[in-house]
Amino acid sequence: MSKHRYDRQTRLEGFGIKGQELLGNARILVVGAGGLGVPICTYLNAMGVGTLGIVDGDTIDQTNLHRQPAYGPEDVGKPKVSVLAQVLKKQNPASLIRTHREFLGPANALELLEPYDLVVDATDRIPTRYLLDDACVIRNIPWVYGALHGFEGQVSVFNYREGPTYRCLFPRIPKQGEIPDCNQLGTLGILPGIVGSLQALEAVKVVCGLGTVLSGKLLLYNALDQQTQLINFGRDLSQDARKIRDDAHYAPDLCEAGGGVTLSQYREKARKGRPPLLVDVREPHEFETNHLPEAVNIPLIELEHALESLDVPRELYFICHTGSRSSQAFRKLNGRLKTATIYWIQGGMRDIQAGQP
Amino acid sequence: MTVLLFGVTRDIVGNGSLSIPFSKAGNLDTVGELKAYLKQVYPPLGELSSLAVAVNKTYARDTDPIDRMDEIALIPPVSGG
Repeated sequence: MSKHRYDRQTRLEGFGIKGQELLGNARILVVGAGGLGVPICTYLNAMGVGTLGIVDGDTIDQTNLHRQPAYGPEDVGKPKVSVLAQVLKKQNPASLIRTHREFLGPANALELLEPYDLVVDATDRIPTRYLLDDACVIRNIPWVYGALHGFEGQVSVFNYREGPTYRCLFPRIPKQGEIPDCNQLGTLGILPGIVGSLQALEAVKVVCGLGTVLSGKLLLYNALDQQTQLINFGRDLSQDARKIRDDAHYAPDLCEAGGGVTLSQYREKARKGRPPLLVDVREPHEFETNHLPEAVNIPLIELEHALESLDVPRELYFICHTGSRSSQAFRKLNGRLKTATIYWIQGGMRDIQAGQP
Repeated sequence: MTVLLFGVTRDIVGNGSLSIPFSKAGNLDTVGELKAYLKQVYPPLGELSSLAVAVNKTYARDTDPIDRMDEIALIPPVSGG
């Protein structure tokens, strides 16, 4: 460790050489290399966290660039973890960066978390946060939560020294479609930067024992009026027993909805007989960036109205970014079209881009 | 009684807060009763499976009492990252 690099940090009273040593020995896993993951990793790496793991199976998209400033136009299509690791190594050659080019799921969660002391959540899916919560309780690892909605952010630290967890705050997993995501709502480029920076700060506080960690407190941030609120909450003992459950638990509606097919099943069908209609239910700007050549674009919100004027063949397939909106489209219209059978494509464009059909 | 709205509850109501008139708030004795009342006025709120409620900045359960001077916050999980 170069003493000079961290001089302005080690001379800070209350942090000092001791704080720097603690950071240097820390092993932190960041789940997600997107809007939150980029600022989290950038600061933790620059400040001298010894081992930084990054999990993400996604590739860089044109629409990521306004809020993920580690990436540029020439990186579009490349795996996020690889590009981010290169940037981080250049910024701080001394740190050890471990990349995991996969999505966190019930099958790999416990194994991925095992070598780390702290997890920072930078995912964009609510069910993944329930999985993270379960895995961290089982592994006895604290985790720093951060999430966005429009101009708002939420930050907290869960499972810290027997403190409350995500399930203590939100006991039940929302159904698909209840809570809109950034792809639908949009997000201002700076907001994940602010929320991610708050998370990186909490991570440093946990590692170095600084100040008061946001455990048992939920920070609500509103960017438009610069208001923050701290909500106090306690551990719910009825949530103490944990195990990693199956895919159906963490994506209940996706599995219960029915009508879900894999991309290869769709392609198989499309090759035979009368071609089905493929409707991409994402927003037009997402469709412009990438889409399957045979797809027509009808955003979810316009779907019911638009289908009245469409000539629907015998089979109708929906696709979106991850399977969230396409399964909603399925639920909305299933049984309502007399002549057509409806399906939705699991994984969606994200898996196609990530090369995981 | 003031109800602060976060995340999707703000979108549903179309505003960052709600004022419940004293006459109505006086009849609401618990968090559960307040939730039932709000679901009547804004039915999409009733469809949320997970909705945390804080009374004066502290997490509250459905059976916890409320007073018409309280500041309530409706906090759903949020998704983006």
